[in-house]
Amino acid sequence: MDTDGHEPMTRLPITKTPKPYVGGAFIRSESGRTYPLADARGNFFAHIPQCTRKDLRNAVEAAAKAGPGWARRTAYNRGQILYRLGEMLEARRLEMIDTLVRFGVAAGAAAREVDAATDRLVYYAGWADKYEQVLGNTNPVASPHFNFTVTEPMGVIGVIAPDAPSLLGLISLVAPIIVSGNTVVALASERTPYPAVLLGEMLATSDLPGGVVNVLTGFRKELLPTFATHAHLRGLSAVATPEERKALRLGAAESVKRVHFSELTGAAWFRDEAESLYAVRDFLEFKTTWHPIGA
Amino acid sequence: MPTLISDQRISRRGRATPELIFGDLWEFDPAPETADPRLQSRYDLFIDGKFVAPKTGRYFDSINPANEQKLAEIALAGDSDVAAAYRAAQRAFETTWGRMPGRERAKYLYRIARLLQDRAREFAVAETLDGGKPIKESRDFDVPMTAAHFFYHAGWADKLEYVAPGRRVAPLGLVGQVIPWNFPLLMLAWKVAPALAMGNCVVLKPAETTSITCLKFATILQDAGLPPGVVNFVTGAGETGAAVMAHPLAAKVAFTGSTEVGKAIMRSLAGTERKMTLELGGKAANIVFDDAPLDQAVEGIVNGIFFNQGHVCCAGSRLLVQESVADRVLAKLKRRIQVLRVGDPIDKNTDIGAINSRAQLRKIQQLVASGVKEGAELYQPSCSLPTKGFYFRPTLFSGVTMSHRIAREEIFGPVLSVLTFRTVDEAIERANNTAYGLSAGVWTDKGSRILKMSTALKAGVVWANTYNKFDPTSPFGGYKESGFGREGGRQGLLDYARLV
Repeated sequence: MDTDGHEPMTRLPITKTPKPYVGGAFIRSESGRTYPLADARGNFFAHIPQCTRKDLRNAVEAAAKAGPGWARRTAYNRGQILYRLGEMLEARRLEMIDTLVRFGVAAGAAAREVDAATDRLVYYAGWADKYEQVLGNTNPVASPHFNFTVTEPMGVIGVIAPDAPSLLGLISLVAPIIVSGNTVVALASERTPYPAVLLGEMLATSDLPGGVVNVLTGFRKELLPTFATHAHLRGLSAVATPEERKALRLGAAESVKRVHFSELTGAAWFRDEAESLYAVRDFLEFKTTWHPIGA
Repeated sequence: MPTLISDQRISRRGRATPELIFGDLWEFDPAPETADPRLQSRYDLFIDGKFVAPKTGRYFDSINPANEQKLAEIALAGDSDVAAAYRAAQRAFETTWGRMPGRERAKYLYRIARLLQDRAREFAVAETLDGGKPIKESRDFDVPMTAAHFFYHAGWADKLEYVAPGRRVAPLGLVGQVIPWNFPLLMLAWKVAPALAMGNCVVLKPAETTSITCLKFATILQDAGLPPGVVNFVTGAGETGAAVMAHPLAAKVAFTGSTEVGKAIMRSLAGTERKMTLELGGKAANIVFDDAPLDQAVEGIVNGIFFNQGHVCCAGSRLLVQESVADRVLAKLKRRIQVLRVGDPIDKNTDIGAINSRAQLRKIQQLVASGVKEGAELYQPSCSLPTKGFYFRPTLFSGVTMSHRIAREEIFGPVLSVLTFRTVDEAIERANNTAYGLSAGVWTDKGSRILKMSTALKAGVVWANTYNKFDPTSPFGGYKESGFGREGGRQGLLDYARLV
């Protein structure tokens, strides 16, 4: 009992309004629509913005704007920024584990997922200033020309993240795409979107320029058709059902979009096979330049 | 009438020197290449190492576009012929080719390269008769480059562990390939050589207007002792091509052709996980800065657009020239075009041969008409054209804007659209303002500008102070709607592998 005779109240916590991270800002859907998200025990957790095609188009615009600047950063700088993102995730490790547990991941598995996601960022951070040395080369053409093949980022890439592992899956798809200077518009897991929202907050504090990674929340059924057909998305990296794959490929044909589907499931996301130089290569273009050798 | 045009050029001594434009001042004697192309009157399908009649029982005519005379009749493959080709390829993959050590596969590819070199003149003549390209191009470019592609890829077959550092590679299995009519033999080599080096077996369809050298090439495969079924050729038009692309035994399809058909192939395979590489259309910018060596640039522009009658997906069909030198470049170009020799492709002096088909000629005529209608200024030299056959004068459009059809659509003919720009940024913006991204050219004396342009241009191949150069070691392929995947070099080879 306190001095004026009331029962002591437990402090009412401040709940967070989950917001997608787009163009370096935390947004609500332009539609004003949300859907209620319950945690693993069935308790109401929060309203999740139900992003629309318009939100997706805005995000693509933000990503396209950020693209040239990000691609022009030095490889060393991009590597440091990805590493910095790893630092942010490590620093908020417990919060992220708690979040995964809250949405039904077992405690041990949640810790493993956050650690694997952090390590994956560090893995790809290291590739930033190396993949070019492995994938590009000079070509000994049979004429007096200096001829070399280098890689370039494709541009804006759409990412469709898996439901599980919601965090590790998202990071495993995004990291190899952005390390080379691409920018991303990602759709978070529909079932477990909150870890991606939390990741957005880390992206915002990791020195990653706004617009390089944009994370939308919403319904796959509503957004996948626009991911497929948006002409400014140069590629798609997705975890998708057979029906979704077919629809994505059909739409992608209209702009000759590069489409890669991940075959990883379950424990495979945690293994070394889930991280690869060739995942970086999937979203690179090869450019060959010829130059005469002469006086 | 003989022409003797005096230019207002001032020599070092300050005297105006007349410039000779020989034109028709002296007639060239005909100089036809005389090697025997050894054509048959009829060509069957090449399946399982043998020439077999098509189950359709049907044949179609292949004509010489230079004079519209029939050269031979070509088998029309139907679905069951395509299926037979795939079955043969499957057998070969399971019993011979797929089990053979890379070192042995290499030897077959070396043999093929050598046997083609031995018969180079015969193949060059056949290529020119069948497709209409000048003999000097088929002789000096198409055939030697085809042999070079097999020779280059031969050496990879036993060194595949170096193709993808950190991973092992394995063949995909069977590959379905459809190639265009502009470089019939060379496109065959681009497709078949890397596929075979990696250990795949192939079903390939050449273009319906240019099947002859493909089927002649089959005799080289026989002479090389290539195991039956490793390479199968099925001939026909679009329907046969669709059957090759759609066959369920194909682990990968590779297509070179129009963006329109490329998109249709993507749609038709949407429900499958089939690997795919597409080399599609282009509308390349050839960019000339005011500090460029202009005479060299003009040669490069001419080579860029008139090589192979402009039937080149990477043709420099949009000339972007800096405003300050635009008049000079245009004047030099017009002079240069006047002396291009258009005519019989088999003549060794011919620069521009025959348009590949009547349909292609119509398409060029239509697009050129649209250029005139939309207000661009047309220039064509007054050269005479043969009365029979499909020919089109080298054509230059000035005053072209980005909204003109001739600046946006691939013409695939000897038609150059000239646009101007003022600043580097404007050049980049205009060059990239297209759905295509296959190639680009840059002409400038400044090294740092070359590297800036090369970085900024969204194109898979950039030629700096040169144009239309190719090499088996040099990856070729596009950005954006010019397709994906590369052909040539280490990068192209990996597109025929799966990582294990």
